[in-house]
This record gives sequence, structure tokens and C-alpha cells, in this order.
Amino acid sequence: MTEALNELGQHIEMKRPDCVVAWDVSFGELNVDVAPSNLPGFVEFLKADANCRFSTLIDVTAVDYPEREKRFDVVYHFLSMYQNHRIRLRAAVRDEEMVPSIVEQFPAANWLEREVFDMFGIMFSGHPDLRRILTDYGFRGHPLRKDFPTTGYTEVRYDEVEKRVVYEPVQLTQEYRQFDFMSPWEGAEYILPGDEKPEEAKG
Amino acid sequence: MDGKFEDAMTGEQKIRNFNINFGPQHPAAHGVLRLVLELDGEIVERCDPHVGLLHRGTEKLMESRTYLQNLPYLDRLDYVAPMNQEHAWCLAIERLTGVEVPRRASLIRVLYSEIGRVLNHLLNVTTQAMDVGALTPPLWGFEEREKLMIFYERACGARLHAAYFRPGGVHQDLPPELLDDIETWAHEFPPVLKDIDGLLTENRIFKQRNADIGVISQQDALDWGYTGVMVRGSGMAWDLRRAQPYECYDEFDFQVPVGKNGDCYDRYLVRMEEMRQSTSIILQAIEKLRAPEGQGDILARGKVTPPKRGEMKRSMEALIHHFKLYTEGFHVPEGEVYAAVEAPKGEFGVYMKSDGSNKPYRAKLRAPGFLHLQSMDFIAGGHQLADIAAILGSLDIVFGEVDR
Repeated sequence: MTEALNELGQHIEMKRPDCVVAWDVSFGELNVDVAPSNLPGFVEFLKADANCRFSTLIDVTAVDYPEREKRFDVVYHFLSMYQNHRIRLRAAVRDEEMVPSIVEQFPAANWLEREVFDMFGIMFSGHPDLRRILTDYGFRGHPLRKDFPTTGYTEVRYDEVEKRVVYEPVQLTQEYRQFDFMSPWEGAEYILPGDEKPEEAKG
Repeated sequence: MDGKFEDAMTGEQKIRNFNINFGPQHPAAHGVLRLVLELDGEIVERCDPHVGLLHRGTEKLMESRTYLQNLPYLDRLDYVAPMNQEHAWCLAIERLTGVEVPRRASLIRVLYSEIGRVLNHLLNVTTQAMDVGALTPPLWGFEEREKLMIFYERACGARLHAAYFRPGGVHQDLPPELLDDIETWAHEFPPVLKDIDGLLTENRIFKQRNADIGVISQQDALDWGYTGVMVRGSGMAWDLRRAQPYECYDEFDFQVPVGKNGDCYDRYLVRMEEMRQSTSIILQAIEKLRAPEGQGDILARGKVTPPKRGEMKRSMEALIHHFKLYTEGFHVPEGEVYAAVEAPKGEFGVYMKSDGSNKPYRAKLRAPGFLHLQSMDFIAGGHQLADIAAILGSLDIVFGEVDR
């Protein structure tokens, strides 16, 4: 299995050296890092090439790394029902950078790219209908970015007086608690109350 | 009468297209789906599904919880066949940590995955019949579902939200009486299925409402990212259990049914046949579970699984391990995997990105229904308004997984 994937990786790199930045096989899966600019052409190649024949788009998603200069990884999964193998493409993009849409090649990318736009705020150029999809009508922000709080910014309730649903800023009845449960030997970056040793006491 | 007379001689009128809202609360929408339909008379010209009304932000919540705490979220995706989703989550973790599942646990997983498949198809086939006007099939189908949910309950204590498959195995062993009862059920079920079959398959109204409706060609099925019954209905024998065997599906003997025309009726037939195949897999799994090779532990004992209860009472290390496992949780090595299972609705996948801590850095749940529903505009165009219900039924949509 891994050998076949290695061969496939070499084949793809040889055929399209302009697109492939790097590739590796880990956990029995083929990962290919690609440059976002020539993505549609590369996807077209993956679809048409006799050794690849990636016929189905499985998934488009993204991962947020706030500390990186190229903040997002847009991740594509493809499946070949003919050759019975899978591939994962990763394209690193900056915040505010446009990624070319692959709706032309795979109509299935339509909603998947809309979801990535909704959740991460990554724009896709050439997408026919880039609206929000999962979040509320008129929602602001992009929930799956790491800097978006899990509680969100607004909460909704039905107002008995106004007879309509109203939006209000989130009010938590208790502090949002984030337990890490790491053992104090490895994880904790806080000082337990009563445990704060003055510097001079140590010596 | 909204147009003004254009031609006084013939009295022809200018007709405006009609927009209607289908849902968000509609019995045939199988949940909270809002379809904005543009109609030309009775013919659907455009169909714009608005989803997300059941969006709970599962993927965001998962980033702040440990791997084990996240497991029950998977039940709440496709709540019609919950264990099949858990399976993908466990497979992803096992792939990253390199845990080998014991044989008995593997067999139990196959058994309950197939029960889940029957649960799902029973609901789908019978409610589709209800969408096109039949009332008896859902009543009969739900009776069988009830029996299966009791098997769920007897295995894990919950009828729906099981949290039964755990990384490294399954939560608890099955008692022999439960296996006997499942076997009895598996012998009684085919006649019931035959009754439902007798009600629907040659039923004139059911056929008129489903045959040649929502026809999908093979190329369309590929372009729109279909998996599961949707591709099999269009004539491609693609089944992950066969093509990329996970667990111990390669030991089982089953057929992959395929459709010929790719219409709603063929998808119905495929689902009926899959139920028969699943019943046969259930019987094979029970037989293997009773065999001497099928005995043994149901969890791979190690870092990702709790120690045995008895051990915990005697050994200090086991007690500490137990405590740490249920508070801090286990750590998963850095890496990313995509694990997919053949869920009843299609390929359900988990893309997991781990940074080496006790929480997933990013978890993406690939729901088959999401991709099936997005092609609604493509399939429904040119059909009658009444066919929308039949097409939606045959797409097999559950909003728990579409909206996540």
C-alpha cells in the first residue's frame, strides 16, 4: 500500500513539478503540498491522468495556524474509485489571500468551499455563489478561526415584549472554564493559589 | 391573476414565476431544511437549500475537549445510526496511536455497525414511502427499529446516544443472552422485510412516484461527490467495506447490490437488498463471536483505554491511570489522518489533525448527506414540486450530520 503511494507521489511530482512543493506518505496516506495559484490545473491533471484518476472530491476543509505567516492550510481530499486510492492536498495561504476555486473541475466543491469561507473566512476566486452556509443569517466572524471564542459573541432569545427573536451580547452566568487537566509536572502554566513562592525565598 | 393582458385577441397572460419556501418545518424535509423553490407552474426551476438551522458547532467544540469527551458528539451527527459515526472517530484515533483492536471488539463493532445500517435503512425506506403517501410502512418499520434500539440499550445502556465504540475497542462485552436474542431477531426479520417489500416494491403508487424520478448518471454521481447508496444506485459497485476493508469486513461474505437506472426507485431497491445483506452479516458475526477465536478481551489495554475494574481496586498504578485517563485524557501523537467508514448514508469520514496534546487540534467531520443535499438544485430542476419530497427522501438526509 505504502509502496504504491510512494510510486504515485513520485509520478505526480515528475509530471507536475511546477505544482508540487513537497510530498510524503505518512500513516498510510499520501500528502502533497501544493501552491494555491495553480490548484485548478493540478486538480484537472489529477482527474485526467491515467495513473491518478481521482474521480471524486471527498472533502475541502482548512486548518488554522495563527502563529504561521501563511496562516491557513486549505486541505483537499480526493478519492479514486477506479484506482482505489486517496490523496490529500495541502495549500498554505495567507489571511486575506484568494484561493482559486475548483468548482469548474468538481461541482461538489461548491458547498464545501462555501463552508470553508463561512468557517475560516478564506475567499475562493471564481466561486459562483460564495455565501455563508452553516451559520445564521447575518452572522459575523468566522467561528473555526482559533481566535474566535467558543462561546461566540452573541446569543439569541425570544423576547416576550417585542414578540420577536432578539440578539444580545453573550453574558455568561459563570466564567467559561477551560480545564486542561494536565499534570502539574508538565502542563500547568499557572500558579496555584497559595503556591506563589516569592523569588527571594528560594535562595 | 398577477399578469396584465398581453394579447387581447387570444387572452394570453404573462405569468410570473412563483417562489415558495419549503420548510424550515415540513414533515417531508426530514428535519429543519429550508428550500427556496422557484416554480414555473408545477415545475421546479431552481432549488436553493438553506441549511445550517441545526448547526451546533461540533467541530469548534471538539477543539476544546479531549478525544474521549468528543466521542459522544459523534452520536449526535447522524442520530439514526449513531454507532457508525463513532466508528470513524475511533478508527482515526487508532490509526494515529497505532492501537490494535482485539478480535472480539472488532467483531462486536461489525455486528453493531450492521445493526446501525438496518436501523438507518428501515427509517429511510419507510419514511420515503410516507413522503409519497403510504402510512403503514413506517409503522411496521418503526416496530423493528424499536427492537434494534433495545439491542443498543442492552449493549451500552442508551437507545440512541450510545458512546459504545471506544478508541481501542468497545466499552463493554456483550452477554451471551444478548447474542441469542439478536440471532432470533435476525431470523425473524427477513419475513418482516418481505412484508414491507410486499407493500412497496410492486405498489403502483410507490412506483409511479419513484421510478424515473431523480435520475443520476454515473458521471454526475462522481462529479457531485456521491458515496454509498447514491453511487451504488447509479450502477457503480463501490463499497468501502469491500474496496478498502477496515475492521474485519474482509472475512465476511456479503454482496454489494447495485442499481441500473440511478433513479429513486433503484436506490430504494438497493437499500432493501442492503438490509438483507446486513442481516446475513449480523448472523455471521454472531457465529464468529461464539467461536473460540472470538473470545477474549474487548479493549486493547494500554494508554488509551481504562484498566479493568478489578485491577483498579487493587493496583495503585491502575487507579492513577484510570484517574488520569478520565481527567487529562490520553495524548495522541502528532500527525494527521483521514479515516472513513461506509456509514449507511455513504462515506462518513473524520479528518483529524493532532498536535500531540490531549485534544484534537482540528477535527473535520465529512458527512455524506452534506454533499448529497448540495446537488438538490441539480437533481430537482425540471421535476414537479411533488417530486421534491421523493427526491429528498431518496437522498437520505439527516440534519444532525448535514449541519453538524
